[in-house]
Amino acid sequence: MNLTFQGSKNYVASEELMRSVNIAIALQKPLLIKGEPGTGKTMLAEAISQALGKKLIIWNIKSTTKAQDGLYVYDVVQRLYDSQFGNEGVDDIAKYVKLGKLGEAFSSDEQVILLIDEIDKADLEFPNDLLWELDKMEFYIPETKETIKAKQRPIVIITSNAEKELPDAFLRRCIFHYIEFPDAEQMEEIIKVHFDHVEENVLKQVLATFYWIRGLYNIQKKPSTSEVIDWIRALELGGVPSYKIKETVPFAGVLLKKNEDIDTMRRYLK
Amino acid sequence: MFTSFFYLLRARGLKVSLNEWMSLMEALDKGLHQSSFTGFYYLCRAILVKSEADFDKFDGAFLEYFKDMERASDELPKELLDWLNKPREELDGSFSEEDLLRNMGLPEDVIQQMFLERLKEQQEQHNGGSKWIGTRGASPFGNNGQIDKGIRVGGESKKKSAFQVAGERKFRDFREDNVLDTRQFQMAFRRLRQFSARADEARTEFDIDGTIRETCDNAGSLKVVYDKPRRNTVKVLLLMDSGGSMDYYSRMCSALFQAVRNSNHFKDLQVFYFHNCIYSKIFKDPRMRPASAIPTEWILQNISSEYKVIIVGDAQMDPYELMEGSWYSYGARDKTPGIEWLRRFKEKYPHIVWLNPSERPYWGGWWAKTYDILAKEFDMYRLTLDDLNNALKKLMVSR
Repeated sequence: MNLTFQGSKNYVASEELMRSVNIAIALQKPLLIKGEPGTGKTMLAEAISQALGKKLIIWNIKSTTKAQDGLYVYDVVQRLYDSQFGNEGVDDIAKYVKLGKLGEAFSSDEQVILLIDEIDKADLEFPNDLLWELDKMEFYIPETKETIKAKQRPIVIITSNAEKELPDAFLRRCIFHYIEFPDAEQMEEIIKVHFDHVEENVLKQVLATFYWIRGLYNIQKKPSTSEVIDWIRALELGGVPSYKIKETVPFAGVLLKKNEDIDTMRRYLK
Repeated sequence: MFTSFFYLLRARGLKVSLNEWMSLMEALDKGLHQSSFTGFYYLCRAILVKSEADFDKFDGAFLEYFKDMERASDELPKELLDWLNKPREELDGSFSEEDLLRNMGLPEDVIQQMFLERLKEQQEQHNGGSKWIGTRGASPFGNNGQIDKGIRVGGESKKKSAFQVAGERKFRDFREDNVLDTRQFQMAFRRLRQFSARADEARTEFDIDGTIRETCDNAGSLKVVYDKPRRNTVKVLLLMDSGGSMDYYSRMCSALFQAVRNSNHFKDLQVFYFHNCIYSKIFKDPRMRPASAIPTEWILQNISSEYKVIIVGDAQMDPYELMEGSWYSYGARDKTPGIEWLRRFKEKYPHIVWLNPSERPYWGGWWAKTYDILAKEFDMYRLTLDDLNNALKKLMVSR
């Protein structure tokens, strides 16, 4: 193992997570990250990229994304258009083949980090369509009769919010890690990474309130890490005295995004 | 290499494939476990387990297989690796329980014993299914008195030994055979889809890519291509038991209801309510006000048989409510016994399942009686993730 990930300045990684990352790097397999929203799945790839000093390529998956989009796009329309005006180079198909994110990662001269973000948003078949490409790290472009093969196998990080089940064949090829929701101690660490200085009192109150809300029985959308960070920012700007935080939960709208949840919380507060 | 662990995992219901096993071997060759038992645990888990729902099963199997190792230090000594190389059966002679016990100091011995017992007990309790409310607990060792006896498994230090980590079994709540919450429901309902592209549907959707391709092939003169639209064709009829003995499950049922409601991928969704059993009137409103009543007959006539029907109820009532006529319920009085109405539904709708939030009442009597009758009449499933998935699968296939 010549590369190891130890977390980075701006990202607090648990020991298990670091192990998983290093296993994935050493075995040259994609690392599949699952976890509650707001546990820093996407941030992880950035942190790895920073820690290892490698370029990060992000492929954001949307519900309409097709596997093909990540490989290459053959711009037929442009070619057709060009041909009508007799532009130069129309007979050169390669000019109209544009590599997607995966293709970009493969053809890079240096090893890169490829983040396939929220893979579960795409169609059910999407992961299956990428099996060969992720396994062999190569694909073939019939239009140009060219094979794009990874010069340096990229480190692949895949995130999923578990909205869809991923196919078994796909899962078999991945290293899996589930990010647990950080406990109060870890959360303190995370907050300290984001803020240069938080008053000890405020921090204590914030965490107490935060975990109290998360623990409430019928909260529908539990606040997560990113929300608590926004909340601290709001509290700092608002200049709320620390003793009032737990008592009144100011700026509750930053923490809770549903009206019902705010009502529920207020009910328990009394 | 210790292949029996592989088979144990499979026997415990983990879908570990040979590919993954080979990867693990490769990883061990590369020394990725960093010569520590804890490292070995995480390595196995990262490679072999692909869902947090399976973490608990894995932890259980890991404990079962490596339970003799608990006393070993975290450093993975050479003998240990050799030990791993040998199947477990051969080992029992040389590594006997007796030796182990002798090696242990007595107090620790007792504690260790308690620890194992505790684990076992929890497992049984869990398998018993018991109360769905009960499963919302925190980590198993966090919330009971065992801690002050000396086994602090609730994660104090950052470095936990593999045995401790596995022993925590804190992914218990993720097990798929546990009872569910809204999000999990919703996920499950995503299974309920059938794209029209697979069915015979007219090609009505303009296919841009196809048109361009064809037009190009056609030397530039326009050739329009249409494709089959990909739409979900599933229609759902949800019939929910409301009130009475169902109040106990109201939280779960409302989660189920919301999940179905939010699954906006259905072509159509109809929801009706009944109390205990379906009679001549059925209600549009969960409070079952007379004003919201409509004749059950109307449903049978107007809601076509292609709807997939999900009945949610505990199937527990007084036998005469089910078997005899003239039962008066929420303004609905009629001579046809409830079971007859239910059979009419079953006859009309080929895709019908019964979801039951409750277990079969073990104290028998009436409640178990109607439960049994209905379980025989319908494909009845419990409201757990596994079972719900089975139920939805059942809905998707024609019998």
